[in-house]
Amino acid sequence: MSFYRGMTCENVTIKGDKATPITAYVARPSGSGPFPGVVLIHHLPGWSEFYIETTRRFAHYGYLAICANLYEREGGGSDGNPDDVAAKVRAEGGIADSQMVGDTEAAVRWMRAQADHNGKVGLVGSCSGGRHAFIYACQRKDINACVEQWGGRVVMAKEELNARTPVAPIDMTKDLSCPLLGLFGNDDRAPSPEQVNQHEAELKKHGKTYEFHRYDGAGHGFFYWHRPLYRPEQAMDGWSKILAFLGKHLAK
Amino acid sequence: MCTSIIENARVQGMAKRGDEWFPLSQAVVAYDHARHAPLGDVITLDFINTNLDPGARAGIELTLETAKELRAALDRAIAAAEFEEAEVRGKGSCSASSELRDEFAAGTSGMRVSGACSGRGLGHP
Repeated sequence: MSFYRGMTCENVTIKGDKATPITAYVARPSGSGPFPGVVLIHHLPGWSEFYIETTRRFAHYGYLAICANLYEREGGGSDGNPDDVAAKVRAEGGIADSQMVGDTEAAVRWMRAQADHNGKVGLVGSCSGGRHAFIYACQRKDINACVEQWGGRVVMAKEELNARTPVAPIDMTKDLSCPLLGLFGNDDRAPSPEQVNQHEAELKKHGKTYEFHRYDGAGHGFFYWHRPLYRPEQAMDGWSKILAFLGKHLAK
Repeated sequence: MCTSIIENARVQGMAKRGDEWFPLSQAVVAYDHARHAPLGDVITLDFINTNLDPGARAGIELTLETAKELRAALDRAIAAAEFEEAEVRGKGSCSASSELRDEFAAGTSGMRVSGACSGRGLGHP
């Protein structure tokens, strides 16, 4: 595997859902490429340092990577404190799934317009971003692989549905348009192991291409190196699974 | 966890951020993984004003156990406050406040209490 220690990172403005300008963080490996692309969907704590760093990490492994700020409309611009912005989003009931799809589509479009892109795009998200990545992969056909890390609320009870989240992601499974990699901790409660089983059963039922990896001794967010949730052994194995999966599906 | 355990309450008051205070519109109570506290899942309290910038926020992350202790302390303080409010409305007051508070909480206080404390309660001759 090649490493790209040199990279260029910057904020770019993309035209998000309903043509609203939003900021996205880009990490571009040094060299002429062409590079496979990774679009990251950040988690509930927002466009956080963890996601900015993870965007760079993908560039380190030779991916042209972009992560859009899905909470831009809540204020703070590109310099807003992610914690405060995320708290505001939570207070206002979260963002609409449809808005997330519009914003992510803009990031995918940006990726496909780059001269040094190889034409393949992988989508990666954790926590709410894992749920969002799965939704996007079911609603659009412009990506080549999807990585869902411990997506909560893929399985939703009817009473949880509302105008912003009108359809449970699990009910979109038949429309999944690309191979799916799922990583989950067996000590997690949202999604619980039972919900992960339901998620997998639905994928099987519809004959989808997927691989799920469940980790003992890990709960939610076990990649988050800055949290007590971090489980280094499981996280490093998870990273190897992600890189192998993307390497397989995003190669030209 | 990545939960949908979120409760909203309208609140009136102010909260402090840095050196300044800002008016509140809302308190959000949630249970989810901690963002800052070196803990797993926590009760999160956000005192915010969504009409202001996102920095208009006083955020707190508590363990479930200490959140229960906080709730109990709030209940005690609110019970005492309601007793005081009732005094102002004319139920009287006296030095044996804890005893009266118990009676008040039990719904057994009344004219006997007011009479015993005459001259101290607002509105009592």
